[in-house]
Amino acid sequence: MTAVNPSGWRPATPVAGEGSATATVTGNRALMLEEPLLFEIGRRDQTGVDVAAAGEGESRLGGLERGGVDLPGLSEPEAVRHYTRLSRQNYAIDLGLFPLGSCTMKHNPRLNEKIARLPGFADIHPLQPKETVTGAIELINRLAFWLIDLTGMEGVAMSPKAGAHGELCGLLCIRAALEARGDARQVVLVPESAHGTNPATAAFCGYRVENIPATAAGRVDLEALKARLGPDVAAVMITNPNTCGLFEPDMKAISDAVHAAGAFVYCDGANFNAVVGRVRPGDLGVDAMHINLHKTFSTPHGGGGPGSGPVVLSKALCPYGPLPYTARYADGTVKLIEEEDAGEEMPDSFGRMVAFHGQMGMFTRALSYILSHGADGLRQVAEDSVLNANYILRSLEDVLDAPFAHSGPCMHEAIFSDKGFADGFSTIDVAKALIDEGFHPMTMYFPLVVHGAMLIEPTETESKANLDQFIAALRSIAERARAGDAALKEAPIYAPRRRLDETLAARKPVLAYRTPAPDGADSGEGAGIGGG
Amino acid sequence: MRYLPLSEADRSAMLAKIGASSIDELFKDVPEEARLAGPIDGLPMHASEMAVERELSALASKNMVAGEVPFFLGCGAYKHHVPASVDHIIQRGEFLTAYTPYQPEIAQGTLQVLFEFQTQVARLLGCEVANASMYDGSTACWEAIGMARRITRKTKAILSNGLHPHYVSVCRTMAKFTGDTLATSNPVLEAATDAEALIAAIDADTSCVVVQYPDILGRITDLTPIAEAAHAKGALLVAVVTEPVALGLIKAPGEMGADIVVGEGQSIGVGLQFGGPYVGLFACREKHVRQMPGRLAGETVDAEGKRGFVLTLSTREQHIRREKATSNICTNSGLCALAFSVHMTLLGERGLTQLAQVNHARACEVAGRLAAIPGVEVINDAFFNEFTLKLPVEARPAVHAMVEKGVLGGVSLGRLYPGVDALANGLVVAVTEVVSDEDIGALEAALKEVCQ
Repeated sequence: MTAVNPSGWRPATPVAGEGSATATVTGNRALMLEEPLLFEIGRRDQTGVDVAAAGEGESRLGGLERGGVDLPGLSEPEAVRHYTRLSRQNYAIDLGLFPLGSCTMKHNPRLNEKIARLPGFADIHPLQPKETVTGAIELINRLAFWLIDLTGMEGVAMSPKAGAHGELCGLLCIRAALEARGDARQVVLVPESAHGTNPATAAFCGYRVENIPATAAGRVDLEALKARLGPDVAAVMITNPNTCGLFEPDMKAISDAVHAAGAFVYCDGANFNAVVGRVRPGDLGVDAMHINLHKTFSTPHGGGGPGSGPVVLSKALCPYGPLPYTARYADGTVKLIEEEDAGEEMPDSFGRMVAFHGQMGMFTRALSYILSHGADGLRQVAEDSVLNANYILRSLEDVLDAPFAHSGPCMHEAIFSDKGFADGFSTIDVAKALIDEGFHPMTMYFPLVVHGAMLIEPTETESKANLDQFIAALRSIAERARAGDAALKEAPIYAPRRRLDETLAARKPVLAYRTPAPDGADSGEGAGIGGG
Repeated sequence: MRYLPLSEADRSAMLAKIGASSIDELFKDVPEEARLAGPIDGLPMHASEMAVERELSALASKNMVAGEVPFFLGCGAYKHHVPASVDHIIQRGEFLTAYTPYQPEIAQGTLQVLFEFQTQVARLLGCEVANASMYDGSTACWEAIGMARRITRKTKAILSNGLHPHYVSVCRTMAKFTGDTLATSNPVLEAATDAEALIAAIDADTSCVVVQYPDILGRITDLTPIAEAAHAKGALLVAVVTEPVALGLIKAPGEMGADIVVGEGQSIGVGLQFGGPYVGLFACREKHVRQMPGRLAGETVDAEGKRGFVLTLSTREQHIRREKATSNICTNSGLCALAFSVHMTLLGERGLTQLAQVNHARACEVAGRLAAIPGVEVINDAFFNEFTLKLPVEARPAVHAMVEKGVLGGVSLGRLYPGVDALANGLVVAVTEVVSDEDIGALEAALKEVCQ
């Protein structure tokens, strides 16, 4: 292996404790700047906005005047600096590879940001009369059209706010469809490898959750599934491609068996990026699937949201979708249906999931992305994402255990286990060492079916040079983990913080800033939640 | 394609390394009959940045922009001036393109922001703790009812008729599947809220009373008696705030005894955006925090003893608890929480109070002038920046008629409560700092004309 960095420079092996060796007066280290809390630098009488003075006049507050609120302010230059300094303590896709499996951290095109900020989209009220927002409704309908066509489904509920909310929408459709035929089924089957949101959603909808086992090849065990199907099963929730990064080759047979048993197929669409433009879930018998616009269609993750999780539905489930709902008619036209039209158009709708229309700001970005790629570009997205993942898989399988590599190619993510690491070394040590190499770690310890899982999703927006650098870094770290290099345990040492004490945070929770008492003693038990 | 870095040479070299003869070989697990041979028929091919911008700008231009006309809509979404620096900061790639902070060593920016956000929200709502945000106000409202059920182990929620009807609809949808019973009714066009009726309805089976403040008609009332009545029967008070700017001027629900306070934070830092993404606020008493849904940032130290922040108490959450989680929520509204927090930091107590004062003074002025139109009545005694008119004509056609005159004059109750005759003449008017003297004159003239 040649140089880690394309320029040929390679850092020396990190030395334990080096990060704290030389102290500065400020605690800053050149461009690595420490930033106090807002509450330590702001003042209640400081403000960064100029508001015109209110005119003198009557007050009609009904005697409910507030006696003040302890919110510190900053002037604009102080505020911009506070947040700019904080921003520099974040890793981000704009800085480098962000290979979090199942999260699809791809480049976020800036055209999308520009489109979302056009006043005609950004500055319209959700309750404006419909004749004043025809362009907005048309935008939603056009995105709906694309989502329906790309998935081969019949209709789409656009309003769910995120993936888990979309799962909820899909299961509520299924429950409403079953209730409409007087069928009170109790059980939802979920593979062991599913995202945690799947069982949480099913339980919320009132279902008992049962696991479906996986085969040694990392797929749903079709025979075990068939054996469990029966009149008590409402739905099966499948992730395809699954969380091991593998396509479920029996998907059609699974759907057929589920349908024959009178149940429905929910597909978790978190991994749609691998197949967009190449496979339509509708062709595989899926009844409902959420699409994370913040994954496949590039809307920014924003440090944990906002997301957007439209749900495409099969013909059997369309009548039960939530309001507002986007219906597609036989002649190809699309229509947004709200409560007042529901009596005629959607009498069996299960109701509203959110106020207003859903994540409009994400719809504009997603449509901008989709139009940029077109049908051909989206297909290329799937191909390049799968190519990149397989390249990583085959470049590292000699130093990292790849539990499913023998069964063939992966889809858009590669999975490895911690088998072969020296005693006492685990996935977290590899992950933290990647931080020192300038990469965000992969998804760790998920899915649960692989020991010490490392789930790597490079996405299609990485160049080969970036992948080569990542592979070189991970190869070196894997070798150190196999050799039991104690320095790995110290990682990260170059990040803004060393490993953080999560046990302390949970045992003695401090969830809000407490102003210290004037004498310097703590005024409040930040913890105070009791129980400990 | 401008977003795809791989060249054909790269692709060939990578396939060679993989040992595959073609891309198709990598898709061999997909059954033959499900593989699409080429781009899906009937869909357009890729387009340049300029072409996409042109196409979508044409759609945007079909909409009537709030900032370009006299604008008086509220009812859960408010137009306020957002300082330019807010949008600048949320567009920094380190915030915009980061993921949920699961690797805290390289996510201290997001985590410290969330800790500051939680503190700001808790203080604004008058509570001890707040979470790192929910999807929006309506889903936060439903989650509060679920939390009250878990705490009290009772399933009857009493919803004030002043609660936003979309929020009521969301709760009604969810309650169908959880076994909660909800007591609801439509509001009445009068000055008094339903506080007395709520108090009378609380019984030993009540999990919570849900009250919006200011309510859907803009009315404000002291929540203390409701809180006391609820607590006397072992129930909780859930307060819902859809216009948080109000809390710069009027008492916070937490100060009046509310146990859980939720809200829609859009008003501070987040634009109208046709209804989303917004940011749900969720705050409660410290003793109930382990029943709270959503993510939480907490303070801790790193291996060198330096202060740092992590996501904490995740044993409540779905990725650990799976089917036993307090909620299925995963992604929340991080970037909108950042926008809220930056705007709140720019305001501070001083700016927030001044902003609230301007909103209230403006609203009082407009209420006075509209009440002088023959046949028009302001039903509110007390309000913040939003009040309800009873028109001599049906409000829904009146709103459309005002659109013809280029005025977005308010939200008709006919839109929010279709088919409810008693509310058909109600028009809810919101007045914020963005409303100019000319705008007020235009509304006055338009309303006068449509009421004749």
